[in-house]
Amino acid sequence: MIQIQDIKKAFGEKAVLKGVSSTFQKGQTNLIIGGSGTGKSVLMKTMIGLIKPDSGRVLYDGREFYESGAEVQQAIRREMGVLFQGGALFDSQTVEQNVRFPLDMLTNQPMDEKQDRVAACLKRVGLEGTGNRMPSEISGGMKKRVGIARAIVMNPMYLFCDEPNSGLDPLTAVKIDALIQEITEEYDITTVIITHDMNSVMEIGQNIVFLYQGDKLWEGGNEDIVRSTVPELREFLFANKLLREMEP
Amino acid sequence: MSVIGKYFIFLGSLFSKGEKITVYWRRFMEECVGLGVNSIFIVAIVSTFIGAVSCIQTAYNLVSPIIPISTVALIVRDMEILELAPTITCIVLSGKVGSNIASELGTMRISEQIDALEVMGINSSSYLVLPKVLAAMFTFPMLVIMSAFLGILGGYMAGTLTGVITERDYMYGIRDSFVPYNIFFMLVKPFVFGFLIATISSFQGFYIKGGALEVGKASTQAVTNSCIAILIADFILAQMLL
Repeated sequence: MIQIQDIKKAFGEKAVLKGVSSTFQKGQTNLIIGGSGTGKSVLMKTMIGLIKPDSGRVLYDGREFYESGAEVQQAIRREMGVLFQGGALFDSQTVEQNVRFPLDMLTNQPMDEKQDRVAACLKRVGLEGTGNRMPSEISGGMKKRVGIARAIVMNPMYLFCDEPNSGLDPLTAVKIDALIQEITEEYDITTVIITHDMNSVMEIGQNIVFLYQGDKLWEGGNEDIVRSTVPELREFLFANKLLREMEP
Repeated sequence: MSVIGKYFIFLGSLFSKGEKITVYWRRFMEECVGLGVNSIFIVAIVSTFIGAVSCIQTAYNLVSPIIPISTVALIVRDMEILELAPTITCIVLSGKVGSNIASELGTMRISEQIDALEVMGINSSSYLVLPKVLAAMFTFPMLVIMSAFLGILGGYMAGTLTGVITERDYMYGIRDSFVPYNIFFMLVKPFVFGFLIATISSFQGFYIKGGALEVGKASTQAVTNSCIAILIADFILAQMLL
């Protein structure tokens, strides 16, 4: 479980997060949604330690991230898996080396064990047999899958995905969403996904946090979201002309 | 001033929290190939021609019945050892290696690869930059030795082929009044310049914000700042060590 409490962050005069609090439960796919520039990515970066919040707390199963010492922080980091928007694969390494990278850096496992684990992760994301290819030789959807394989290779307790289906065709996007949800349930991990994709919201949004201009305006499940009366959320949900015509 | 302060904080971060020594060794060897071995060709070409031109131009300016022609070789040798091999080679390397480092790290920054390292709990600056700095400090002196040799050889070839100096005079000249300390001075320079090029270029690329345009700007800035730093350090070293 991840708890964020009253997270505030400003860049100069501009307040990007104005006191956001929420709880992300284990075994659920938790979505943070909102329009561009509402602070979704900044919120995720404060959660994973890339941007320190001006105030507020981030707790991983009760362990305070920012106030704890370096050792606790390091331990929490090793329990995280992160899928970045573009995959963030290392260009100079093959797919296999990319997935093996956290094991090489953070463990003392023998090479055959590491290779077995990498093969299992690549198989889990449906990419067996692609280990020798370079990131430049694979498609955007495959890069996301490799990113997911790298994120789960260390058996994380917390999985973060930054717009996992941006730039993908609708069919591949649905497959990536389904894969993330399956992995969340299979590994019983806490998953937080940043997205503004409505398909993701309706398909996998077990818990959804809606951000608007740095504030949390709504929180609930995908079954409740269309019944929300928050005008900003309704405007976001029914931005599409077709959806507006179907608006309840 | 804040940029200079940030640069020194960046230098401190290279040594703050290290990874396994085997990781550094592998990265060091990769960088030795990338920064050093891959620069051999350009250094060889530039050095040979600079040596050749030095010989011809020195001979052109040294027309005097009281100065022996072997002095041309002596001047070529001392110019190569004291200045041309270490400084010009490192300025060439700042263009090739500096822009390469800045654009590599800049691209890694904008494509979130550095963020990925940070999230894993890896000291990204130490993991990415320290092997580059050590590789530059290790390989640049070797390139400068090669440069000095090829420069003097270029002078020999140009001088003897064009007939401005005989083989005997050239060989006599490069052995005449040789000061072994100059070799030490020649090797200190690339050691210092390698550090400056690698750290300044890494600093430019590491903190980049934006996109492809900023990567290009950082590369240019890396080369400009490295060249300026080399010239200032060259002056300070000459003042201190000679």
